[in-house]
Amino acid sequence: MNLLARINARTLPLIVTSLLFVALFAFGSVSYDSFFSAQVFLNLFIDNAFVIVVAIGMTFVILTGGIDLSVGSIVALTTMVTAALVEQHHWSIWAVIPLVLLMGCAFGVMMGVLIQYFELQPFIVTLGGMFLARGLCYVISIDSISITDPSYAAVSEYRIMFGEEAFLSISAVIALVTLAIGIFLAQYTRFGRTVYAIGGNERSAILMGLPVARTKILVYTLSGFCSALGGVLVTFYMLSGYGLHALGLEMDAIASAVIGGTLLTGGVGYLAGTLVGVLILGVIQSLIAFDGSLSSWWTRIAIGVLLCLFCLMQRFFEHGGSKLSALFSYWNKPEEEGSAGSGAQPAR
Amino acid sequence: MKPDTFRNLIRNPLFWPCVTLTLLCAVNFYFNRGFFDIEIKDGHLYGSVIDILNRAAPLMLIAMGMTLVIATRGIDISVGATVAIAGAVAAAMIGGSLVIKDGVQTYVSNVPMPLAIAGALGVALLCGLWNGLLVAGAGMQPIVATLILMVAGRGIAQLITEGQIVTVYYEPFFFFGNGFLFGIPFSLYIVAVVLIILLLLIHRTALGLFIEAVGVNPVASRFSGIQARTLVFSVYAFCAVTAGIAALIITSNVKSADANNAGLLMELDAILAVALGGTSLAGGRFHMIGTLIGALIIQTLTYAIYSLGVPPEINMVVKALVVFGVCVIQSPALREILAKHAFRTREVA
Repeated sequence: MNLLARINARTLPLIVTSLLFVALFAFGSVSYDSFFSAQVFLNLFIDNAFVIVVAIGMTFVILTGGIDLSVGSIVALTTMVTAALVEQHHWSIWAVIPLVLLMGCAFGVMMGVLIQYFELQPFIVTLGGMFLARGLCYVISIDSISITDPSYAAVSEYRIMFGEEAFLSISAVIALVTLAIGIFLAQYTRFGRTVYAIGGNERSAILMGLPVARTKILVYTLSGFCSALGGVLVTFYMLSGYGLHALGLEMDAIASAVIGGTLLTGGVGYLAGTLVGVLILGVIQSLIAFDGSLSSWWTRIAIGVLLCLFCLMQRFFEHGGSKLSALFSYWNKPEEEGSAGSGAQPAR
Repeated sequence: MKPDTFRNLIRNPLFWPCVTLTLLCAVNFYFNRGFFDIEIKDGHLYGSVIDILNRAAPLMLIAMGMTLVIATRGIDISVGATVAIAGAVAAAMIGGSLVIKDGVQTYVSNVPMPLAIAGALGVALLCGLWNGLLVAGAGMQPIVATLILMVAGRGIAQLITEGQIVTVYYEPFFFFGNGFLFGIPFSLYIVAVVLIILLLLIHRTALGLFIEAVGVNPVASRFSGIQARTLVFSVYAFCAVTAGIAALIITSNVKSADANNAGLLMELDAILAVALGGTSLAGGRFHMIGTLIGALIIQTLTYAIYSLGVPPEINMVVKALVVFGVCVIQSPALREILAKHAFRTREVA
């Protein structure tokens, strides 16, 4: 009974998403030989480690009601800078990684300041950041630079064994540790509560005296950091730097968050849901790879269909089950803002 | 009252877009004295300006549709995918094969061209109806609703082209993207027709007012008797149709349909054009002419980068810096500071 009572509009998407993941995995296990193994499951973490890390940063941004389109290109820029410094300037891995992480943070701070203090749209600012980071990649080199440094290869090949056969890569462990830190930040710190408060209603958050400006800039910084960390994981995974790495990753990250139950209006969502969202995208790719006869573009169509189903489901449940009002809530929402005095203002 | 005139000018929403475009043209003229030259070759107008206008045509079309969507507080990030789908349909339906007719080799289309055009536009309209259904019918946030088609759209386009680049061999189809009518590129006539229809609808009917009303306050607009949902529904449909027309021009221009790259990042360029044109992404007031200027700014910038001999790789960096620059210039925060210093008067918000 206690368990049932905890199922509400906020946790239901998470539960449905998890059930869907189990169902997809079960479908794969029944349909294909050797799909049901610990390694296939762990491979989801290994192959999607960088997506998990990037999606964590994205989830924080979305929780504040913002969006970060620059994550994919910051990943690419990180791989490019790493490859250039390691290969052409022979820097040590221990000097390069802190540097690129700092660079990601700097990118995030810059965009956060533009969004907060110049009151610019997150969409436009991070779009500019996307162009800038992608463009800087091509300034370094338009070709792919492969990383031959032995320490990168060592990290890449190291296996953390679980029992006889199953293993995780270092990247996957880094991703899981990042996730744990992210969950701690979101659920158990003042920063996390402020993030949720800003997403719920920024005006109220300001009136409550919460440090809104600082938190918003921190959130974009965190996303920049996660993108750079994701980029480091990509260098371990791909052992190369390339301006076309992680093309469209921002959309995968947003899709993972949405499938995981995060509302793009902000204020509602769990990082655990985002993890399951990434795993679902991963399991779809595994299913298509195991099938062999389906073409790769079915992945995109499947993700689109899933997105659609989950969004429709959220529409019906986000207002505590009152289905009729849920249908009209998009049009009713500004009314609440209007009474607070912002909705009725003309744009200029 | 000179300061007043100046202040009015500076507060005109078209002021900053025009200044940006003029500056860009000046930069182009400085480095390339022949920038404004237009000559007549074979009865066609040739010149840098004509080239920029011609190449900006697809972006102008999509940006016009996007302006209306944004004016209703929405956004459509699926236009790039719609371009890919419509382009794939057009190319697949026309295709073209070599036949020998009366001893002469000619290319014929798979289906009559009007049918193919109707097919492509029809599919684009379907995409728009789908978006409209999700936004106005199911009440999803516009960015999520159109994200669905954006993610799935290129997959669908690849399904149509079966993962190949479909080449078009049918001569009359190339007229859209490369043809000239009375010396002027044909694509510009398409832009002009769409623009005139839009301006008539916006200024001669109450439609423009309705759209702005929905953008400013959807609930109030509904209470005042505007069919807000129908309006939003049709705005998404219209935006997708402009993307379909743009797809015809693009497909005809490159004579092929590439499901992966056709219209790539087009949605972002279109939104950028709208923002550069002075329309707030928060909805409400919109400026159709400003949007056209915004699209021209983007194309002129690209042209400047190429003509300056800057490596094309840096194109994106420059574009990013321009985005930041223009956004900061247009930001209310900076304007307030400037207004305080320039006129020593406090603006009443």
